[in-house]
Amino acid sequence: MTLPPDRRLLTPEEYRQAQDSPEFSELRRRFRRFAVPMTVAFLAWYLLYVLLSTYAHDLMSRQVFGNVNIGLLLGLAQFVTTFAITTLYVRHAGRSTDPIADEMRDRLEAHEFGTPRSEEPTRG
Amino acid sequence: MVELIAADTIGEPAINISIFGVFVLITLVITFRASRKNSSAADFYAAGRNISATQNGLAIAGDYLSAASFLGIAGAIAVYGYDGFLYSIGFLVAWLVALLLVAELLRNTARFTMADVLAFRMRQGPVRTAAAISTLVVSLFYLLAQMAGAGGLVTLLLGVSGEAAQAVTVVVVGALMIFYVLVGGMRGTTYVQVIKATLLIIGALVMTIWVLGTYGFNLSALIGGAISSGGQAVAEPGAQYGLTGVSKLDFISLGLALVLGTAGLPHVLMRFYTVPTAKDARRSVVWAIWLIGIFYLFSLVIGYGAGALVGKAEILAAPGAANAAAPLLAFELGGTALLGIISGVAFATILAVVAGLTITASASFAHDIYASVIKKGQASPTSEVKVARIAAIVIGAVAIGLGILALQAGLNIAFLVALAFAVAASANLPTILYTLFWKNFTTQGALWSIYGGLIACVTLIIFSPVVSGAPLNEATGTSTSLFQGVDFHWFPLSNPGLVSIPLSFFLGWLGTKLSEEKPDVAKYAELEVRSLTGIGAEKAVPH
Repeated sequence: MTLPPDRRLLTPEEYRQAQDSPEFSELRRRFRRFAVPMTVAFLAWYLLYVLLSTYAHDLMSRQVFGNVNIGLLLGLAQFVTTFAITTLYVRHAGRSTDPIADEMRDRLEAHEFGTPRSEEPTRG
Repeated sequence: MVELIAADTIGEPAINISIFGVFVLITLVITFRASRKNSSAADFYAAGRNISATQNGLAIAGDYLSAASFLGIAGAIAVYGYDGFLYSIGFLVAWLVALLLVAELLRNTARFTMADVLAFRMRQGPVRTAAAISTLVVSLFYLLAQMAGAGGLVTLLLGVSGEAAQAVTVVVVGALMIFYVLVGGMRGTTYVQVIKATLLIIGALVMTIWVLGTYGFNLSALIGGAISSGGQAVAEPGAQYGLTGVSKLDFISLGLALVLGTAGLPHVLMRFYTVPTAKDARRSVVWAIWLIGIFYLFSLVIGYGAGALVGKAEILAAPGAANAAAPLLAFELGGTALLGIISGVAFATILAVVAGLTITASASFAHDIYASVIKKGQASPTSEVKVARIAAIVIGAVAIGLGILALQAGLNIAFLVALAFAVAASANLPTILYTLFWKNFTTQGALWSIYGGLIACVTLIIFSPVVSGAPLNEATGTSTSLFQGVDFHWFPLSNPGLVSIPLSFFLGWLGTKLSEEKPDVAKYAELEVRSLTGIGAEKAVPH
């Protein structure tokens, strides 16, 4: 399959150089710094809720006001945290990872990473 | 039992059918218009990648808010109260996995199918085949749930009874969906989803305000109403799952499958490819999370409203049982007219989701099995799209057959969909995450994880109470199992996620550790750089 010139894929060497570059390490670090702890946190919070619903029946059935009990409030809190994490993620991506990603993509498209063609691509 | 049903039909079948007919007519026109732009494979599979983020967010919601969400969750809350609520929480929180870890990276690296990413760093043939098989299995489970929902709804709303008439309706639904996919491709399917999601959310909003208005906008009073009809248990956890130690484990298993399933559902993943860039994929997931979350808050009110205003006993006695709660509530609130609208929307829901599943399954067959494995990447795009269209017809026919089989089973469709989620979480998610984030992951690890998760999950379902040996319901004299009168079950849980998901993660790790081939370092560099920066990502087709 032939690709138009602007779509020409990079050489393996260029990808290796880009991967080893300090700005890519920073991009990866910033991406994971948010995604990994947040994933652990929301999964733990969700599993806690499921476990409480299953094994702490009396606690979850305790009424807070009227017929609204702790279980229902914690369930609604799951909605609130989901919306909140979504908003935080969008802000984090916009401020922290998008600028590096955009800049790197421009430079990759201009083939500024690696010294292509002259040497064999290194394979691990 | 079936003969009695006609007498229980509610509303005016003519009105129900005509509202549904209007929806079909409008979507057919739009599908025809969309078909003019369907020339290339990227058009057919991914709508030319120029669906806007807002439209795609609505379409994701349209794909995701299936009959299971609308009818199943409302029904589960109406009958079991709190335990039904867990479905909606699991279905929603699951989107964070997709947003944080999967959506953008997938948009940046894949072309048309889930297998594009899974096979990226691996030996193409075996991994693509595995991913395609698991795509087909998940899609068929999901289709089964939608068709079962269609069957129950038909009996309730259209005044048809008897197996033959129900079968005819399923054939009509199936034929329509094949038509949408063949003519409209992904773009037509997307528009159908967008319209359906809009109608569904507006319909649910109207019912929610109506129910809340009845109770003076007091949530406590609404729950009080549900308690006076269904007992104190509906406000507390455990009404459905709290009876024994085994059923408690089942609840946890279900919760795990729900939260990890979404990001492994092929028809959800495929929607990320229809937008121009990864940022649009992010925006569309954000739209979807808000729409889906707000919809589930509505369904909490609708479910408790049905429990309070219609009554648990009457819901369970209706054809379609728990799945009938939302339509029955609509009839109770707004009589024939509102019932007609809500049931029209429910049908539209089933039709749209089924179309989305069909295009995903047929794309996977044509792109992964036919073009990549059989033709070794030498197939022309035209022949690939042709094969996809033929596959859509075959898959549609299989779905119709399964739907007719599923008609009589009377399973809660949210529950059936939860099984599809378990398969997706077991067979797909571990490999997706390992591929994206674990440098040393190998072909053998991917194969062990996909096949191990898939086989374990399906085997455990076959030998679970879902298929045989569930306790008899005294009221109806039948059990909730697929097969009555036989009992070959030995696995106690109805949802296998608790066993099969960790097993699949473990097999992926073990297969990699025992692997003799070295991981492809160069390909991993390419995948990682592409996934995070978006270099080399597929671009939108200009029109």
